[in-house]
Amino acid sequence: MSQRASLERRKFFADPLMVTVILLLVVFLALFILYPLGMLMADSVYSPSSYTVYTVRETPEEVQAFFEIQGEQVRQLSISHRPVTEVPSVEGLSVIEELGVTASTTYMAGVLHEGLSDTAVAVYQKDKGLLSLQSFPHIFGDYTFRRAFTNTLWLGLITGLGSTLLGLLFAYVDTYVRVRNRVLKKLFDIVSMLPVVSPPFVLSLSMILLFGKSGLITRKILGIYDSDVYGLSGIAIVQIMTFFPVCYLMLKGLLKNIDPSMEEASRDMGASRWTVFRTVTLPLMLPGLGNAFLVTFIESVADFANPMLIGGSYDTLATTIYLRITGGTYDTQGAAAMAVVLLSLTVFLFLVQKYYLEAKTAATLTGKASRMRMPITEKSVTRPLTILCFMVSVFVILMYVAIPFGSLFKLWGRDYSLSFRWYEALIKQDGFKAFKDSFVLSLIASPITALLSMIISYLVVKKRFVGRGFIEFVSILAMAVPGTVLGVGYIRGFANGVFRTGFLQGIYGTGAILVIVFVVRSLPVGTRSGISALRQIHPSIEESAYDLGAGSGKVFMSVTLPLIKDSFFSGLVTTFVRSITAISAIILLVTPRYLLITTRINEFAEKGSYGIACAYATILIIIVYASILLMNLFIKYFGTSRQVREANANVG
Amino acid sequence: MSAKKGIKLEHISKIYEDPKTKKPFYAVKDVSIDIAPGAFVTLLGPSGCGKTTTLRMIAGFESPDEGEIYLGGEAINALTPNKRDTAMVFQSYALFPHYNVFDNVAYGLKLRKLSKDEIHKKVMDILDLVEMGGMESRMTNQLSGGQQQRVALARALVVEPGVLLFDEPLSNLDAKLRVTMRTEIRRIQQKLGITAVYVTHDQSEAMSLSDDIIIMNKGVIAQMGTPENIYYHPDSEFVADFIGEANFLPAQVKSTDNGVSAVKIHSHEVQVNNPSGIKPGTDCQLLLRPEAGVIGPKGDLPCKVTLSVFMGAYQYYQVMVGDTLVKINDNCPINKHVFKAGDEAFLSFGADCVHLLTKENLSSV
Ligand SMILES: Nc1ncnc2c1ncn2[C@@H]1O[C@H](COP(=O)(O)OP(=O)(O)OP(=O)(O)O)[C@@H](O)[C@H]1O
Ligand SMILES: [Mg+2]
Repeated sequence: MSQRASLERRKFFADPLMVTVILLLVVFLALFILYPLGMLMADSVYSPSSYTVYTVRETPEEVQAFFEIQGEQVRQLSISHRPVTEVPSVEGLSVIEELGVTASTTYMAGVLHEGLSDTAVAVYQKDKGLLSLQSFPHIFGDYTFRRAFTNTLWLGLITGLGSTLLGLLFAYVDTYVRVRNRVLKKLFDIVSMLPVVSPPFVLSLSMILLFGKSGLITRKILGIYDSDVYGLSGIAIVQIMTFFPVCYLMLKGLLKNIDPSMEEASRDMGASRWTVFRTVTLPLMLPGLGNAFLVTFIESVADFANPMLIGGSYDTLATTIYLRITGGTYDTQGAAAMAVVLLSLTVFLFLVQKYYLEAKTAATLTGKASRMRMPITEKSVTRPLTILCFMVSVFVILMYVAIPFGSLFKLWGRDYSLSFRWYEALIKQDGFKAFKDSFVLSLIASPITALLSMIISYLVVKKRFVGRGFIEFVSILAMAVPGTVLGVGYIRGFANGVFRTGFLQGIYGTGAILVIVFVVRSLPVGTRSGISALRQIHPSIEESAYDLGAGSGKVFMSVTLPLIKDSFFSGLVTTFVRSITAISAIILLVTPRYLLITTRINEFAEKGSYGIACAYATILIIIVYASILLMNLFIKYFGTSRQVREANANVG
Repeated sequence: MSAKKGIKLEHISKIYEDPKTKKPFYAVKDVSIDIAPGAFVTLLGPSGCGKTTTLRMIAGFESPDEGEIYLGGEAINALTPNKRDTAMVFQSYALFPHYNVFDNVAYGLKLRKLSKDEIHKKVMDILDLVEMGGMESRMTNQLSGGQQQRVALARALVVEPGVLLFDEPLSNLDAKLRVTMRTEIRRIQQKLGITAVYVTHDQSEAMSLSDDIIIMNKGVIAQMGTPENIYYHPDSEFVADFIGEANFLPAQVKSTDNGVSAVKIHSHEVQVNNPSGIKPGTDCQLLLRPEAGVIGPKGDLPCKVTLSVFMGAYQYYQVMVGDTLVKINDNCPINKHVFKAGDEAFLSFGADCVHLLTKENLSSV
């Protein structure tokens, strides 16, 4: 070992606090992110017991009797009518042929369906484990999977395109177009920010209320009686409305960085506005658009709540996995294999987005605009764009307004008089408990997540040590893990304890595992914000504290944390909001001991009790926006950003 | 608390990987320095020569690939920065933006668990010393650059470190303030008798502050010595050129007598000091500082004036001696005959004002 390496090692171990924290972090990330995902992968290729499949001549009863004499258990049989040509006598059974060894009986069912319908099949369970890739051909051959897979891709494509276009429209209008009307401008601002933290279900719910069979608009106003919002178009609309603000924010940042003089140069040479957009703005934006598209694509693919509620028969991977787990078939191996497919999809796209497109975006659009942009004032441009934005805005506002009204109308579709009966019903049906449980669990998760993500950011940005890459990669990668996949992973990973040893089995089914899920789901967001906040802080500030005699723990608490207070606090609130609105992973793990707002909304909406669902959703929306308001106020009055910004300006 | 300490670097090297080519290279190579307690030593050199790296190895932020560092006789290679008796003043000041001036300065003392009263007294004293008394409750963003630098200095001084480290502390200040601050730093350092290592690429800063200057180039030490020694007796063309302005005239030693040699320059013979005893017959370069030369109607070397500019304090000449261009600052031109471009004249200098460099010196760095 070189002298430097050994010195760095000694210095590293001279700081026991940091070593402990790093160790704990690595264990936490490995145990609660990598391990469950690893278990899914293992599940999809390894089965603890296997089955041998034979075609035989005997009747099912005879086969059964035969195996029972042998002391074996017969798991599945099928009736034979196939003419038997050859009868090799194997161990007292007239086995026609050995079909092979399989890992799951569901796979068997698949085999039976495909061309063996006339054959007696004996399934003979072995205690030996089986390592094979069978489950993949199995699920790839599975019709429901294939349909769910293509459904998911189509949905992702449509949502990705739609959100990107809509985000681009709003971003373009915001940065390029002069909107005279103050009210209109404010409206666009609100609309493009409103859904950023919208609870799941909300838009699906209002979609049903407004455009469903007994929808206010479709039935009452337009008089359409057979309107069907369930399915691809319904989910796509809802998802676009939910995700376009993400694109808007990303694209706005990019458009602001385009130097106006580039476009003016093109204008100067006689290009029309459209030509300028097509030949200058758009090519510059292309990687950014790709980036936005992929981000929403991933969000769409990972979304569980909306397809669940208004998907109808349009199953996506996320919902199919959920149904596999909770439905009658209990095909864990199939679900695991599907989860692995879904995970590979999102992780692949995420890596492309993160390491290829993000770099490319940064490369094409570097630096700042040299000066203010002259907004476009030509009516031919401003008018159609403004009208388009206005229509979308009205639609979004309508969707949000529908929810509180849904909770206040006596009976949606029939009786539009106001009453509090749904709130009363909510309270009667354990409403308080749901709010209490959701609140308590989310409140426990937020400080843990906020602190954890700040510590991770600090270590990742400011420290060099073995395992740093691991910590950064895993905590950011968690962003690409769909909630459903995580949920299935937790079931497989913890239901029988870690590695089926019973270790940590105690947390399964408790509030602790829910809190852990909340933490894991919000960690990447907090870490990302912490990392970007810390990159703003000149390393010498912490170095000087270190140099004056403070150990890492002291440096972190007395210098780093106060300087990224904003990020810490926003992590706190973001985690709270994300947790209280979380559903995808939670719904697989929650036990009747805990009632959560979101699972309650799901239940009631599924039952068609839209009134109570709306009552829940209304209160949830109020909680979410109140939290965010609180956060903004706090940052405004107690934030450090100004000092830090000025300190950085001095650093130059 | 702790007394001033000496620092010794023994064969220190630091290898970095080039971020682009991934090839390792020596950012600092085989650097040995011995700094006496209480001395003010400057690391001077062009950008990228490894000054900051050396300083950061002393502070403990970087670990050397080879060699050992001693602080007050104790080997400190394995100590983390917080365990080393050093305090650093950063180029960016690195004040804590969320603390006011008092808390910034008190930070190190609080870590040392001093009593409240003691902290208060020490902070106030040191703020007075850096002439920041009365500003202790200001936030750092309400201070000018010079004031911030004073606070940064106070924060480092107040913990009474064995060594004070400076990394270009003045480079963010304007020219005038730089001059004021450097005299301040020197005054305070001498008053407290603290050992200081100071990194800069500004030679006038180095000259005015230091007991000793260490000139670095491409990771190695080119020369160390007092400012006078380095100025008048540079070991190499690099040092000569880096410190002050220099003319180089091709010369050949003819004969040496009593430490004074007769050397031939463009077929004219002149007398120069030869303390290093360069042998007759050796081809050398004669280093002539512009202010050490005089242009007159009579003298050692005939030359042709190609440019003559009145600069106030001196007359600036460019003259050709043979085919070598020589720049001369001739002081107090008011009392002398001033030559015009095209005039024939003579260049002369005192035997002890010039310095002979052999070819070996030239190629050594
Ligand atoms: N972390 C690093 N990784 C790789 N190379 C580095 C690193 N830090 C410094 N270097 C390289 O080491 C060399 C010496 O750097 P150093 O910062 O010590 O220079 P310096 O003398 O302080 O220069 P300046 O006057 O510009 O501050 C440079 O070539 C620099 O690019
Ligand atoms: Mg430097």
